[in-house]
Amino acid sequence: MSHRMFLRSLYRLQNLSRSSSNINPKHAVFAAFQPLLHNRPYANTPQPAASASSVNQTELAKFAAIADSWWDVEGPFKPLHIMNPTRLAFLRSTLCRHFGKDPFSARPFEGLKVVDVGCGGGILSEPLARMGASVIGIDAEEKNIKIARLHADLDPVASSIEYRCTTAENLVEEQMKFDAVIASEVIEHVADPAEFCKSLSALTMSNGATVISTINRSMRAYATAIVAAEYILHWLPKGTHQWSSFLTPEELVLILQRASISVEEMAGFAYDPLTGQWSLSDDIGVNFIAFGVKISQ
Amino acid sequence: MSRLIATRRLVSKIFIPRLATRAFCTDAPEKLNDVPSGSHFNKEPEGDEHFMNDVPQHDIAIVGGGMVGMALACSLASMPLTKHLSIAIIDSNPALSNGPVIKKDDPPDPRVSTVTPSTISLFKDIGAWEHVEQHRHAYFDKMQVWDYTGFGYTKYNARDADKDVLGCVVENKVLHKSLLSCLQNKDFNSTIYPTRLSSLSLPTRSVSSAGASVSSTSSKNLANLAKLDLSDGTNLYAKLVVGADGSKSRVRELAGIKTTGWNYSQSAVICTVEHPTENFCAWQRFLPAGPIALLPIGDNFSNIVWTMSPKDASNHKIMNEVDFVKAVNHALDSGYGPRPESRVFGGDVLSSFFRPDVTSSVHERFEPPPKVVRLVSDRMAFPLSLMHANQYASKRVVLIGDAAHTVHPLAGQGVNMGYGDVSSLSNVIADGVAVGSDIGEVTLLKKYEAERKTANIAMMAVLDGFQKAYSVDFGPINILRAAAFNGANVFAPLKRNIISYASGERRLPFLS
Ligand SMILES: Cc1cc2nc3c(=O)[nH]c(=O)nc-3n(C[C@H](O)[C@H](O)[C@H](O)COP(=O)(O)OP(=O)(O)OC[C@H]3O[C@@H](n4cnc5c(N)ncnc54)[C@H](O)[C@@H]3O)c2cc1C
Ligand SMILES: C[S@@+](CC[C@H](N)C(=O)[O-])C[C@H]1O[C@@H](n2cnc3c(N)ncnc32)[C@H](O)[C@@H]1O
Repeated sequence: MSHRMFLRSLYRLQNLSRSSSNINPKHAVFAAFQPLLHNRPYANTPQPAASASSVNQTELAKFAAIADSWWDVEGPFKPLHIMNPTRLAFLRSTLCRHFGKDPFSARPFEGLKVVDVGCGGGILSEPLARMGASVIGIDAEEKNIKIARLHADLDPVASSIEYRCTTAENLVEEQMKFDAVIASEVIEHVADPAEFCKSLSALTMSNGATVISTINRSMRAYATAIVAAEYILHWLPKGTHQWSSFLTPEELVLILQRASISVEEMAGFAYDPLTGQWSLSDDIGVNFIAFGVKISQ
Repeated sequence: MSRLIATRRLVSKIFIPRLATRAFCTDAPEKLNDVPSGSHFNKEPEGDEHFMNDVPQHDIAIVGGGMVGMALACSLASMPLTKHLSIAIIDSNPALSNGPVIKKDDPPDPRVSTVTPSTISLFKDIGAWEHVEQHRHAYFDKMQVWDYTGFGYTKYNARDADKDVLGCVVENKVLHKSLLSCLQNKDFNSTIYPTRLSSLSLPTRSVSSAGASVSSTSSKNLANLAKLDLSDGTNLYAKLVVGADGSKSRVRELAGIKTTGWNYSQSAVICTVEHPTENFCAWQRFLPAGPIALLPIGDNFSNIVWTMSPKDASNHKIMNEVDFVKAVNHALDSGYGPRPESRVFGGDVLSSFFRPDVTSSVHERFEPPPKVVRLVSDRMAFPLSLMHANQYASKRVVLIGDAAHTVHPLAGQGVNMGYGDVSSLSNVIADGVAVGSDIGEVTLLKKYEAERKTANIAMMAVLDGFQKAYSVDFGPINILRAAAFNGANVFAPLKRNIISYASGERRLPFLS
């Protein structure tokens, strides 16, 4: 399995995201800075037997509890805010290339229908709309959707976003299709990642794009994310993180493959604590983002 | 998706406010055509100003259309990622709307700027340098610095730094006019408001407290913008307010940004003089009360920047012209002490140490500066001071140019620092647009602050040190000072560094 498909465009991208000049992958300590975002509690929560829902109620409850702080750049979602330009630079580069869009346009995604699955407060949905995409943001948690709606209405461009409290599998039932399906920092919170990927695939048009970002279950991710947050910083009770709920890049590529998505590019996110900035790197050791294309059937 | 914007007419407009009474003449809801001519309505806010309850809305409002504010507008207009932005320029300066045509044989204005190679490349990038070149300007490739005690001199040559020129002296009005012409020639959506900023309301509300708001979507998104009140009684909204309104910045004051600064007990006298032949060298001589500089500005003219005590400055401003010319020649050459004919002190000793690095200019002889024959402009005197804003960015507000930092004109760096701000800020905005950021977001603007604050503070520290070193006559210490000059002269690599810092291309060593 080739999981080191590193992009030709990486260096261009890095210039775009501007935080590139001093990449030091060893500084990737993402999870230490976002204790709340990637923890699956104690044991797997039993799922409602009959339904094939991707929802893990315990996970949702955690987001509901802090929903008010989605747009506080110094709050618990700070890591998502500071990571935003970096993941958007990756999206800009991969989607422009794939869909033949002008990378120098201010609204390169004009004409693309995009769904942001697990959109939370809309941190990623709003810039996508400003970049010209017509965006639907969905989240399983009603509170998140309310906050996302209120915030988007503060900006006339973002107010074009359609927010819905629903799940990917519900949109599949409605037979919706998108040019690009994005699930950023969500897969580690769902009940069954493989099923979730199948839903994402079903929402993607033939030859469309699926983009997933998440945290890596490698030894280093373990060391930085869990040890730092739980044992050194004492931010969380010991044992909060269920390390086994993270995927490795190989596993993600594999389950996407089974869902008819062929992963074509992958990049790591490196955090530099000195500058407080994220940048794209070829180190997928802690956080990574994968771009895949729906195989036409 | 087709946007109305694609078909808009791209012209720079002058916004003339409608009579306030007009709003009362109709009880019907505002009609779409009831707006200043040249503007359009569409549902997509970016890319065009539009009017919400009659109030124009822009992506960026630049307060102050001086040399720096105009350069920002041109720079945004010339970059692919920012050229769609709708820009308001607010300034009551008549030069913006109907500035006089500059004639080549007008006597030169005493307000000039020494622009560095970095500034020249910014002007070339935005397409304004070709306009500068149509007017009077003077490149110089040599600089001679010496001391009245006659002990030392230093000559800088552009080729020491592997360059063609060390800089170019241009009248401020030429820089300003070139930027204006450049903007008018561009496919860009900018509106000039010939008025002044009087007050500013910035959004404070956070989204969670927006809770059960019943207001319409349109008024909600206005609450998230900066609202500018103009002195003609009109208003406008913007996502980002740029304070380019000079050293007494109103934007800075209204945003509550504090400054740090100090005055020197010195003033500078500035004027334009004529000499018999054309000059291609920048000259600077250190006198007991401070330096006098003679900068070429093209034809047989040069600009004088002369530092002295405030009392002497007011005397020199009012003395008759013949006496003044005599005093200038005295200060530049004939008075105070002998010319440094030979390098008796330091030079030869040092050059034997550094011989491998010696460059040709080391052996160039001291040259006397041109003899001034006539005064051709008004004389202006102003006190020397340094001022620095403690922050350059807050939510929806950013400061550039003299609004962020004001320096004394001795080294001619004032406007160059402002142009450094312009390149940095326009790149940061372009980066923000590239990834769909809200361009007034403070996290984005702080990147600009981080980039420019260090560079500007370093430059100010150098200027302050420079000022302190030369503001008092230390007597015998002058000998050391002269030795330092000669040392710099023979130590070519060091000299190359000094030139690079002065021309804005290199970071200072303690920053790298
Ligand atoms: C006498 C003198 C000589 C100098 N010589 C040199 C030199 O040789 N070399 C050099 O590099 N620098 C020199 N400087 C410094 C240089 O002129 C400044 O650095 C430069 O002009 C800064 O440009 P700016 O656009 O930031 O500000 P300014 O040129 O001060 O422009 C500010 C603009 O804002 C407008 N404005 C102010 N308040 C408001 C308001 N409330 N609403 C709307 N508009 C407003 C004003 O009308 C003006 O047009 C000199 C300065 C002075 C005073
Ligand atoms: C870490 S947040 C990421 C938010 C957003 N994607 C971002 O990166 O800014 C994860 C989000 O996924 C949502 N979520 C969790 N499980 C979900 C599911 N099965 N379907 C839809 N959303 C889900 C949570 O409510 C939460 O808002």
